[in-house]
Amino acid sequence: MTMVSSEAVGEYNRNGVLTKSIKGARRIEYFVHGGMGAWAIAVHGGAGVDPNLPKERQDEAKRLLTRCLDIGISALRSNVPAIDVVELVVRELETDPLFNSGRGSALTEKGTVEMEASIMDGPKRRCGAVSGLTTVKNPISLARLVMEKSPHSYLTTPGAEEFAKKQGVEMVDNDYFITEDNVGMLKLAKEANSILFDYRIPTVGTCGAAVDSHLQMNGLPISVYAPETVGCVVVDKEGRCAAGTSTGGLMNKMSGRIGDSPIIGAGTYACELCGVSCTGEGEAIIRSTLARDVAAVMEYKGLNLHEAVDYVIKNRLDEGKAGLIAVSKNGEVACGFNTTGMFRGCATEGGFMEVGVW
Amino acid sequence: MGWAIALHGGAGDIPHSLPPDRRLPREVGLRHCLDVGIAALKAHKHPLDVVELVVRELENYPHFNAGKGSVLTSSGTVEMEASIMDGKSKKCGAVSGLSTVVNAVSLARLVMEKTPHIYLGFHGAEAFARDQGVETADPSYFITPENIERLKQAQDANRVQIDYTQPVQKEAKDAAATIPNGDSQIGTVGCVAVDSEGNLASATSTGGLVNKMAGRIGDTPIIGAGTYANHLCAVSATGKGEAMIRGTVARDVAAVMEFKGLSLKEAAAYVIDQVPPGNAGLVAVSSTGEIATVFNTTGMFRACASEDGYSEVAIWDSPLK
Repeated sequence: MTMVSSEAVGEYNRNGVLTKSIKGARRIEYFVHGGMGAWAIAVHGGAGVDPNLPKERQDEAKRLLTRCLDIGISALRSNVPAIDVVELVVRELETDPLFNSGRGSALTEKGTVEMEASIMDGPKRRCGAVSGLTTVKNPISLARLVMEKSPHSYLTTPGAEEFAKKQGVEMVDNDYFITEDNVGMLKLAKEANSILFDYRIPTVGTCGAAVDSHLQMNGLPISVYAPETVGCVVVDKEGRCAAGTSTGGLMNKMSGRIGDSPIIGAGTYACELCGVSCTGEGEAIIRSTLARDVAAVMEYKGLNLHEAVDYVIKNRLDEGKAGLIAVSKNGEVACGFNTTGMFRGCATEGGFMEVGVW
Repeated sequence: MGWAIALHGGAGDIPHSLPPDRRLPREVGLRHCLDVGIAALKAHKHPLDVVELVVRELENYPHFNAGKGSVLTSSGTVEMEASIMDGKSKKCGAVSGLSTVVNAVSLARLVMEKTPHIYLGFHGAEAFARDQGVETADPSYFITPENIERLKQAQDANRVQIDYTQPVQKEAKDAAATIPNGDSQIGTVGCVAVDSEGNLASATSTGGLVNKMAGRIGDTPIIGAGTYANHLCAVSATGKGEAMIRGTVARDVAAVMEFKGLSLKEAAAYVIDQVPPGNAGLVAVSSTGEIATVFNTTGMFRACASEDGYSEVAIWDSPLK
């Protein structure tokens, strides 16, 4: 049996649809199945969706999330370990140009792609992270190799790419990652002289109905924040949790800027209790150590997964905007966000499956 | 209540037989930096300014592994990293991969205050340093003869070497230990401070590991791992970077205070106990002026003082025992 409950500031129904999207909405969803020994999976494609996002693009995103869930589900049914499922699903998200990771990554101010990713395996809390990648086709797999084949936890360019060559991972020209859409977005961002959130119309435009132009990042005014980072969290039948997150970062970002995605404890965290992947305003996620805090309130306060997600979204983000997905070792799955939307999907062994945006 | 300050110059397998020529300069440096911090707190400087000031002094002092005196990568270069965090606002800044910036901690502060970001690395961080006009120097400024020798020894032994440790092979007990290295960092510096109004701040700075792979990032610039501060406490941690990252050591001290209601000393001891022995040390102060200095290594270069007149410079004798 699957129990579903959800909570949001705004109007919504119990089937996971926010019927009226309002600015500053906070939404927590929680799905439980069966308890110990059940697998569960969640994926995301970023929090902070433009309320005016065209329906075709929403549908396209939902199709991709569904496909990724299906890939994860069939791997879980074949008893593939959680860490492998996370890598497999994030690779798929990176390879598809739709979201902001791998191919389709946002562009730096120089018009290049600089990707980052991290992965963490709950049972031994092993982790790997990479930053500043320009030629590695699947950053999540390099993060996995850093975890398993290097004495370190975190490598960045140029060391990371040398390591990639030694490991023989697939490498491509930087052009491979650059899509026409993103070239256009960068041009808009430069015209607006801002760091651009993927689907947000620059605030100098006229159609930014629900776009908040007074956002602050790290204390400074900025009109935009983090785009469609991707992530996946999985608990397998053995109760092993894992999490992975991958991103191209901010549109028009300063070269060398590192966000929350490669930071263990911020964008990604997994331990014996749960696996968490976060997305949104990177600076708010870093200073709130958001992913670790979901696990920390479970570990130190004794909260369950739902309560933990609710707690961190309510209490840890201050003014920041972000979302997260999480699974517990008991086969529970939860997602929460305080943005207008988050591209997300989740499924449990009990047959529950949901893909949503608002 | 009252101000308090603690600083460290790294934790690790520091042999009790450490020769005086390597022990004394560090003790002198710790004492000097402690005095600088005490004077600043007495002059009512904000803890954020105090930790930056003290870490700058530690960076400028060639006997620690940060700024001048940073250890060398496998390519013989320096790649420095640092972070800083203010407790009340939880504002923070971090930098990695610096090769010319004299005071990495001050660039971290500028990232915090002058950019919309928290963390800049490598070319981007160096370009930002040029924009901000911070003091830079040639590699020769940072590279000391001692560190050229350390790198040579490490390369001869074909391993990543810990500063003060004899090059011994790690025993291959589990899968993780079969990776050929001794992935520790010793000589990292850090400072935490609280003023009489309960304002807290933390900063950490390092050159990383001897013979490290270029591009390796440790725990020092990671908010929540090497550095953390909130309204309850400020923490600067040091040790084997990879263990600190997966243990989110600095954040966890604050988290167990916040979520379990432990005191600073209890929280610090609890968190250090969770990290495998021989891996970690930290200094911390609470908003009420408590100090904790704990480590599960042989020793930690450290110094601390509080408004009531307590003051200490020490290397061994874990307060955990």
